[in-house]
Amino acid sequence: MSSYEASLSTSKTSPALDVLPQSKPQRPALSTRVISVLTLVALLALWWAVTAFGLIEPLFLPPPSAVLQKGWLLATTGYMESTLWQHLGASLGRIGLGLLLAVLTAIPVGIAIGRNRIAQGILDPLIEFYRPIPPLAYLPLIVIWCGIGELSKVLLIYLAIFAPIAIATATGVRTVDPAKLRAAQSLGASRGQLIRHVILPSALPDILTGVRIGLGVGWSTLVAAELIAATSGLGFMVQSAAQFLVTDVVILGILVIAIIAFALEMTLRALQRRLVPWHGQSH
Amino acid sequence: MALLQLERISAQYPGSSAPVLADISLTLGPQQLLVALGPSGSGKTSLLNLIAGFVAPSGGRITLDGVAVQGPSAERGVVFQDDALLPWQNVLDNVAFGLQLAGVARPAREAKAREMLALVDLAGFEQRQVWQLSGGQKQRVGLARALAADPRVLLMDEPFGALDAFTREQMQELLLQVWQRSAKPVFLITHDIEEAVFLATDLVLLAPNPGQIVERLQLDFGQRYAAGEPARAIKSDPRFIETREHVLAQVCSQRLAIQAEARA
Repeated sequence: MSSYEASLSTSKTSPALDVLPQSKPQRPALSTRVISVLTLVALLALWWAVTAFGLIEPLFLPPPSAVLQKGWLLATTGYMESTLWQHLGASLGRIGLGLLLAVLTAIPVGIAIGRNRIAQGILDPLIEFYRPIPPLAYLPLIVIWCGIGELSKVLLIYLAIFAPIAIATATGVRTVDPAKLRAAQSLGASRGQLIRHVILPSALPDILTGVRIGLGVGWSTLVAAELIAATSGLGFMVQSAAQFLVTDVVILGILVIAIIAFALEMTLRALQRRLVPWHGQSH
Repeated sequence: MALLQLERISAQYPGSSAPVLADISLTLGPQQLLVALGPSGSGKTSLLNLIAGFVAPSGGRITLDGVAVQGPSAERGVVFQDDALLPWQNVLDNVAFGLQLAGVARPAREAKAREMLALVDLAGFEQRQVWQLSGGQKQRVGLARALAADPRVLLMDEPFGALDAFTREQMQELLLQVWQRSAKPVFLITHDIEEAVFLATDLVLLAPNPGQIVERLQLDFGQRYAAGEPARAIKSDPRFIETREHVLAQVCSQRLAIQAEARA
């Protein structure tokens, strides 16, 4: 639990840290964002240079233009009987379903752990037992039980996402301001109303942090699972291309996987800003 | 006729044998503004928590309209020291929260909330976010929220303790106006002697170890303010100063007695 709590607490302090540089009267000549973009451009230029001057054979590292071309080909005609979109859709569908199931079950479980001593006694050790196990370590067992189809992959993702959300929810529920609970009680709130109107909104920042952590773990687990056992998906595309030494598809696949991971993280951050604008405000 | 009645209340923290409060008897009637004044450790917050129903007394009886108090309820509205507003709702929704919990339809509860915001001089702040408010404004929203649920009595837990001196004076005057207009009996705890003397129709002085009532006073300074006399004129009135010094002397003598006891 400690690692999650540590990451939760850092996420709480980060808005304040973000504000600090702005409070300085002088802005630096190069903002951090510009430096980051320049780094990416430099890397791309280096990639282009080493391939254009023939320093590395295309078998090991094809030039950016070839990867881009292959990307167009993949998007339009496809690779291994499926287009890039179908592989992408298969992966996103799996993680979407796993996430949905995890959110629907982990939040109630987290509330139960945070509010109820008996529920905590039963569920806490179970979650703490399986959480540190790398999901790929129990993938073979899931395959034995559920076969190699969609169910086993969705179940794997679900398990990977479930623990971070449940633990983050429990942390959020435990740290609800007691004065707010008392205020609601003295306004006549029932137990159910207390959860719905005070506890859930209070815990929402932590829950969203849990979803962010869960999605990160879930995505890497999914892609790794597709490398091992799948007939579609981005991981499968990369793995099968590697077997035929189609390096441009391998590199393209890796880039798409990275972009999706980045997009998921950014979406969650935007969601966090939108759903919990009060978080990090002094109140 | 007494609305709220405390009969020989005693209390202790769970797992501790030392009493926090001993043998407290109090009544609060319809026109009263009862102030419990005491230094920290005198059990005044415990007293308020008992009346609010957040904790149960270890002895004695608390009744409201003759019915024993059990747990928190909307009959006893509370204004907290650290506002305890819900930051995910705007000002209007915060004030309407008690009515929302009671299942009142949106138009009706918003109308009532607007009325209460006007009562605390916050008309026009309906759509503001809680974190955009100053400390004094937050306390006004807390007061409006408690009043909107139409409680039988209003409990105030050091409501102005965290405010600066200027804002505190404004809030005291506002409270007296609201108290008079809403005709709600108020029970307020504070450690500020001038505040207690100015506001109270009935003042009880608490001494610590264990918390007990050492003096009861009936005062009329708040009523004089409500009747139109300027606050500064009241606070510079020799009778006001005399009362304030008398209470201060009481608090000091209590402290000296405790120190002497500690040395002995």
